[in-house]
Amino acid sequence: MLTSLFNSFFDGISIGSVLLLSALGLAVVFGLMGVINMAHGELMMLGAYTTFVVQNAFKPLGQPWFGAYIFVALIAAFLVTALLGLVLEKGVIRHLYGRPLETLLATWGVSLILQQFVRSVSWVMMLGLVVFCGFFFGAMTLLSRRSHFQRIRGWAITMLLPLSAGIAWAASSTLGQKYQLAVTKPWFGAQNVDVTAPGWLRGGIRLLGAYQMPYVRLFILSLTIICILGMYVFLQRSVWGLRIRAVTQNRSMSACLGIPTQRVDALTFALGSGLAGIAGCAVSLLGSVGPNTGQNYIVDTFMVVVVGGVGKLVGSIAAAMAIGIANYLIGANALSPLVAWFPPLANLLEFFANSSMAKVLVFALIVTFLQFRPAGMFPQKGRTVDA
Amino acid sequence: MARGFGRREFLIMGSVASGSVLLKACTPGSQDSGSPSGDTIKVGILHSLSGTMAISEKSVVDAEKLAIKEINESGGVLGKQIEAVVEDGQSDWDKFSEKAKKLIDQDKVVTVFGCWTSASRKAVKPVFESKDHMLWYPVQYEGQECSKNIFYTGAAPNQQIEPSVDWLLEEYKGKPFFLVGSDYVFPRTANTIIKAQLEAKGGKVVGEEYIQLGSTDVTPVISKIQAALPEGGVIYNSLNGDTNVAFFKQLQGKGLGPDKYPSMSVSIAEEEVKAIGVEYLKDHYAAWNYFQTVDSPESTKFVEAFKKEYGDDRVVNDPMEAAYIMVYLWKQAVEQAGTADDLEKVRAAAIGQEFAAPNGPVKVAGNHHISKTVRIGKIREDGLFEIVNSTDGPVEPIAWNQFVKETKGYACDWSDPGKGEKYKK
Repeated sequence: MLTSLFNSFFDGISIGSVLLLSALGLAVVFGLMGVINMAHGELMMLGAYTTFVVQNAFKPLGQPWFGAYIFVALIAAFLVTALLGLVLEKGVIRHLYGRPLETLLATWGVSLILQQFVRSVSWVMMLGLVVFCGFFFGAMTLLSRRSHFQRIRGWAITMLLPLSAGIAWAASSTLGQKYQLAVTKPWFGAQNVDVTAPGWLRGGIRLLGAYQMPYVRLFILSLTIICILGMYVFLQRSVWGLRIRAVTQNRSMSACLGIPTQRVDALTFALGSGLAGIAGCAVSLLGSVGPNTGQNYIVDTFMVVVVGGVGKLVGSIAAAMAIGIANYLIGANALSPLVAWFPPLANLLEFFANSSMAKVLVFALIVTFLQFRPAGMFPQKGRTVDA
Repeated sequence: MARGFGRREFLIMGSVASGSVLLKACTPGSQDSGSPSGDTIKVGILHSLSGTMAISEKSVVDAEKLAIKEINESGGVLGKQIEAVVEDGQSDWDKFSEKAKKLIDQDKVVTVFGCWTSASRKAVKPVFESKDHMLWYPVQYEGQECSKNIFYTGAAPNQQIEPSVDWLLEEYKGKPFFLVGSDYVFPRTANTIIKAQLEAKGGKVVGEEYIQLGSTDVTPVISKIQAALPEGGVIYNSLNGDTNVAFFKQLQGKGLGPDKYPSMSVSIAEEEVKAIGVEYLKDHYAAWNYFQTVDSPESTKFVEAFKKEYGDDRVVNDPMEAAYIMVYLWKQAVEQAGTADDLEKVRAAAIGQEFAAPNGPVKVAGNHHISKTVRIGKIREDGLFEIVNSTDGPVEPIAWNQFVKETKGYACDWSDPGKGEKYKK
């Protein structure tokens, strides 16, 4: 009895750690910055695809090296998604601060673009994009040196856009016709790709009785702990962490005191995106990697942040664990032996004991909880809340 | 002010431009089949090219296009070229029925090749029946259906599920069964059939679980399997789509290997093995009518033609084979009927059509299903299947299941107007 309860607790924690890892980036972006980033799931998806690319690059190296690909993949996933997050912040989100509805729609659009991008990206398309960006932004930079740039800006854009788009299109279609399938074949395609955990992460250790704790789960658990510790140290002990906290608490005051708020914003968003990349790398070891991977996580991650209390990392930790354990205990029907002495309750639990119904019950519990504690488990206190 | 406006304008223009570049790149050669002249016969292809089912359905589209291309190169049908109109059902059942209407009413196609999940087939069935049109359906399914307007070239349960359960009962004598499936019509009906069959033959079912299509929350289910089968047993798996990936990855993580927990899958073929990863699937079983490893001249020809068209790294599987041959069966029916537009005649001509398919000789039966050989494969190191069991010849299809009480004693025959969809034998 006790062993089975201990086992379910451990399984619940391991589900919770996946939730927490995927919600961590969002806790930074949504919690600290207040940006509703619907593309968070897609950043995770890109992290998972980065893992796939790194894995394939390591495959020819043979065994001892292949086993280590996951560490390189973690770093690569962090860098790729952080860079993309930076671009996203500079290109889209920066212009929409303080307008949550528009941010929501814009990032949702970004998420759709990213999904379609991994489905259809090929050498030809990549070349087209690079040529387009090179011509357009290159010409704009050249023009911006001229003194009357502000006056000609409007027509310069209208002239340059179709021009560079046309050149890009012509270049890519010529190339496509010349080399055919070799360059038009999608890199990944619409189908899922296969990410294989390195050999040392497969299998698990036996704990009590027949119970086996998968290595992958332990790996993710420790990764989550490392990420949280890293975040904590970064936010509490570093200069930039201090700045981030200052800007979160009072933006205009921080600006007055000479903190470069725009750079802080960009850095915070990049950090959150990078964490999403790490999460994507981790979940690729557990589930499928495909264009839709991110959508499986986006609702859960928002749930974690909202239940935990916006703006508090410790809230996200508690919420992820609570939701993970509740989901497991209900879904695997681990509680009904405990209440066997009271058949109606046991029957009720039995009724909810499958993955779809468990979600229903967990959602109902969350809604009820939020009725009483609308600000979550750990609400922010102080004057800044009202501002 | 002017600066702010310029930047926003730049954003809008920039996204429009990059969007159009993206769009351009997304539609590589969509008019690749058939010439636009009036001398073509239009057919529809309706599958999910996006969403959770795209993993399986895209390759079926490739197989159908290959068959169409081959037919066009050898002179077409009735002297006309076939022109394919491809629509994306987006793994969304409502979309499927909407696109089916569009293909029939707007594009005026003479037949549609399409669908994978039973949910999508059930969604378009009323459309094809109310418009008295024709659908060719290439995937194994749960049976219990026999529409006048649908031809089923995948396996009926007695051509896949039932033989595989019989084989498991023989191979793993006395082991209990655990049934896992995605939560929609095919796995639920399939499991009803399996339970009835096991009951009739003395097998034991210790659990039955369903997971939402596309969900990756499999840990509770695996815990339940472990609790229900402490000494090991057979897992009968009818999961579909992405869930399979999470299921097999975590099954291995929990130490439930194929030695103690062999699984029989009915939705995992060569394509899916590639996407899930051989490491997780080795030594598990799957039941199909066709595997790429089938050793026959027709099979070799099919595999070679496919690889030549789509690249050496591609594999073929059962639904692709069924999709490939159904285009040929339709072509033969049209040629015998002498028309592609008079669907009544084409349907009548289709019954009795024979074809030397890669899986062996097939024949369209009176119940609109086809007879085919049944095989059981064990997943090898290279991701292909080692065929461990195979029926002696084609198995006749049975649409209405004979193990399930409600349909026992019923049959279907469209070659006889008096019998039709469901009659008492």
